[in-house]
Amino acid sequence: MSTPSPLHAVHEALGASFTDFAGWAMPLRYGSELAEHKAVRTASGLFDLSHMGEIELTGPQAAEALNFALVGKLSAVKPGKARYTMICDESGGVLDDLVVYRLAADKYMVVANASNAATVAAALRERAAGFDVEVADRSAELALIAVQGPTSAAIIGAVTGADLESLAYYASVPATLAGHEILLARTGYTGEDGFEVYVDGAHAPEVWRVLTEAGQEHGLLPAGLACRDTLRLEAGMPLYGNELTADFTPFDAGLGRVVKFDKPGDFVGRAALERRRDADVETKVLVGLVGSGKRAPRHGYSVVDGTGTEVGTVTSGALSPTLGHPIAMAYVPVAVSEPGTALSVDIRGTVAPVEVVKLPFYQRPA
Amino acid sequence: MSNPENLGYTAEHEWVDLAEGTATVGVTKYAADALGDVVYVQLPEVGAKITAGEPCGEIESTKSVSDLYAPADGEVVEINEAVVDSPELVNTDPFGDGWLFRFRTDGEPELLDAAAYAELTKEEG
Repeated sequence: MSTPSPLHAVHEALGASFTDFAGWAMPLRYGSELAEHKAVRTASGLFDLSHMGEIELTGPQAAEALNFALVGKLSAVKPGKARYTMICDESGGVLDDLVVYRLAADKYMVVANASNAATVAAALRERAAGFDVEVADRSAELALIAVQGPTSAAIIGAVTGADLESLAYYASVPATLAGHEILLARTGYTGEDGFEVYVDGAHAPEVWRVLTEAGQEHGLLPAGLACRDTLRLEAGMPLYGNELTADFTPFDAGLGRVVKFDKPGDFVGRAALERRRDADVETKVLVGLVGSGKRAPRHGYSVVDGTGTEVGTVTSGALSPTLGHPIAMAYVPVAVSEPGTALSVDIRGTVAPVEVVKLPFYQRPA
Repeated sequence: MSNPENLGYTAEHEWVDLAEGTATVGVTKYAADALGDVVYVQLPEVGAKITAGEPCGEIESTKSVSDLYAPADGEVVEINEAVVDSPELVNTDPFGDGWLFRFRTDGEPELLDAAAYAELTKEEG
């Protein structure tokens, strides 16, 4: 049995198709995932992301504990700000990618992918053992509702008293919505301006209803996980399990910038990551690929070079709803990773030409 | 939407409208809903010989790709050009304008009736 979200009844009433995602029954789509995708690019989409894991660390050594447990320098994040970071194993392999919110000088909230939430919570407990800090897994009680898209600020502004002008990207602020205390964050996974609302699960249906009403005049559509995947792919954002796995370090994924060697003390994976940073070896790196026509490279398909030799593997791919042509991410050797390089993908026996491009595929208009 | 009574069905979630040796083929509403928005269909060419149970085309949604299977031996006589240009017809009208191809067949394909097919999709949930 999949765990239902606190919003399950709301989704059923909206006629959602459900999918099992990491043990949760979550909305895949409500109607057309292309319409939902387009709504996020041109108006806004309303997402239930309650499957995500939330782990709080509270105590005088919360910052030190996270500096040790994660690859980022979380002590440098100011209260009210957030940071994209990763948790690695001793060999530098990525256990999960995370958004960490610093809620106060002595309090952080770590947001983990649903599939890794238990692993991350366990690792944080273990790694925090020597520090004066409490680790609390709040995944079961907290709901997460996201409003993403160019009209999201108008919608959130209408229902919260929060000063959105001063709420920067990757910042958060306590606020009130429908009379309930929420954490309002300007974060997301779609490539658009957007907000995430963390709220007690018991109040989630009311928050959803109020957002839906406020969104009516702003083109807000409920949006499922199907379009979330194509949105993040267009935005060149990695998905754990596809672009990120324990077999790759942050450097392989082109995200070495999240590893902060300049922080005080040791951290889990430091030695291995230093070797990887300094390594003069042929490694594979994550690139973007674009094709023509309508057939999309998909997860697991082979990337081949001009001689027909397999050189890499597609991690994610789709016919881009916004751009109208196939896009994909793939791990390929450094030697063929320069933008403009001509490669091919074996699409079920047919070799389709693709070109290496710089990520992201899509950037929202400034 | 219920499955039309006048059509036959396959376990691969295709429908077949057989009339005087010519069969029209499409995918069911159940299949279209499971696929999500269809963005590309690759149909067999007119004149192509198709073999019962063998893949003869592809149907691709934003999330996945599925083979089309020939419901019987035969020769393709017509393909739906409208659905090639507008694959969303598979979602909006799977039993009508979203038909895929027609083929001439001598055989008598073994098909499920609407009730048996409804039972099958209920089992697959």
